[in-house]
Amino acid sequence: MIIDHPLLGPRDAAEFVYLGDACLIDRPDPGDENAARLFHDYLHIRDNPAGEHRELWFHEHGDRSWLVVTRNTLTHEIVRVELARDVALARGRDR
Amino acid sequence: MRYSVLQILKEGLTGNRGWKPVWREPDPKRHYDTVIVGGGGHGMAAAYYLATVHGLTDIAVLEKGWIGCGNVGRNTTIIRSNYLLPGNEPFYELSMKLWEGLEQDINYNAMVSQRGLINLFHTDPQRDAAVRRGNAMLLAGAGAVLLDRDALRRKCPFLDFDNERFPIKGGLWQPRGGTVRHDAVVWGYARGADQRGVDVIQNCEVTGFDIRDGVCRGVETTRGAIGADKVAVCVAGSSGQVMGLAGLRLPIESHVLQACVTEGLKPAIPGVITFGAGHFYVSQSDKGGLVFGGDIDGYNTYAQRGNLPTVEDVCEGGMALMPMIGRARVLRMWGGVVDMSMDGSPFIDRTPVEGLFFSGGWCYGGFKAVPAGGYCLAHLMATGAPHRVAEAMRLDRFVTGAVIDEKGMGAQANLH
Repeated sequence: MIIDHPLLGPRDAAEFVYLGDACLIDRPDPGDENAARLFHDYLHIRDNPAGEHRELWFHEHGDRSWLVVTRNTLTHEIVRVELARDVALARGRDR
Repeated sequence: MRYSVLQILKEGLTGNRGWKPVWREPDPKRHYDTVIVGGGGHGMAAAYYLATVHGLTDIAVLEKGWIGCGNVGRNTTIIRSNYLLPGNEPFYELSMKLWEGLEQDINYNAMVSQRGLINLFHTDPQRDAAVRRGNAMLLAGAGAVLLDRDALRRKCPFLDFDNERFPIKGGLWQPRGGTVRHDAVVWGYARGADQRGVDVIQNCEVTGFDIRDGVCRGVETTRGAIGADKVAVCVAGSSGQVMGLAGLRLPIESHVLQACVTEGLKPAIPGVITFGAGHFYVSQSDKGGLVFGGDIDGYNTYAQRGNLPTVEDVCEGGMALMPMIGRARVLRMWGGVVDMSMDGSPFIDRTPVEGLFFSGGWCYGGFKAVPAGGYCLAHLMATGAPHRVAEAMRLDRFVTGAVIDEKGMGAQANLH
């Protein structure tokens, strides 16, 4: 697989480390009254889609940036690559 | 028809004209007491044990493709019961005991071969861990032998004992481990279940569940609606997809595990050998091919094929362990989609939907568990209570915190 890095251009997926579903960006609020259930779901429960999947990849052997890669889990086709920082900021995170 | 030496002689002398199809091809009825989704190893074994142990025969096994086209025909055929914990070792030991009597039980040659399995260790701490694991296996009745360097060298002289980076210090040997012809397992169970009245229905994809007031009353399929009092889902890599049709989200991700086989060679490798420093395991098939594999690719996929960097990593592990295989050419490689649970251990449990049962999360280790997995799922469905050896395999264990921490890595083992 080739990941088209937004800053560095096309890079071999072997340079990256995979973390998982990009929902991990949306960490629950520990102060929420349902925090125990929210953290259970956050840590353990996954949509696990067959088709387009937004997922976190870390460019360990490169610029050490986190990316949000949208990839088709049926074909391995990569349709979109974004910097995870941009995604997090757009979702209201402060960094 | 019962298979026997006498039958083979008789058919051989009469032109082999008397053999019958091994199972029927029935059309689905409108209603069954029990419907099992997934005609793989676990689903077929569950149907067989429901029929033989519990006397229930109004059962249909629904398979989207042909039976055995999934992971039961894609694994590396290894059986073993070398686990560690009270929550899983007795389960795998039950499976090993069922393997030992399987062929007589189902009257089908599954080529169960207890040729032994050796897990190598390369450091002193790994030896300590092997001793602990071996003791746990002895307590569970699985049997284990700690091989020192000399004993191991007598069994496997071809290993690279003096590798500079990962010198081999010995191995933990389970003499009862071995290999099985994986396709024959699902065929044998299907034949045994069919003979007792179970309908094995192929090319029948489940497209939905009939759930009313929290109770599952049947399934929708590509061959019409089928009512059922109890439904069990055993679909391995597709667990997330199929259980999603019932509105359930699981602590599971689907990944691909690859395996390879080389051209046929003369007998060279006694039993199964696993590398303790990288991820590589190998056995030799009866046809002579070296069957080997290693890690999952590591990203979510349903593609049933992986990528070359993982194959390269597996082959590097093989070369570090036994350089003699370097000139063997790989004939084929393939992938299977495995349902990786968050702690690396399986589920055999009810679900929040009444009447809907789930067996999954088998990760990359489902094949060895086929007999006990089917046996314990049948026990749960027939009696309403989990089997004694499968009590820890709860679906809600990440809520309760009672995870099965096989590798001692905590609740987030990050095995995938």
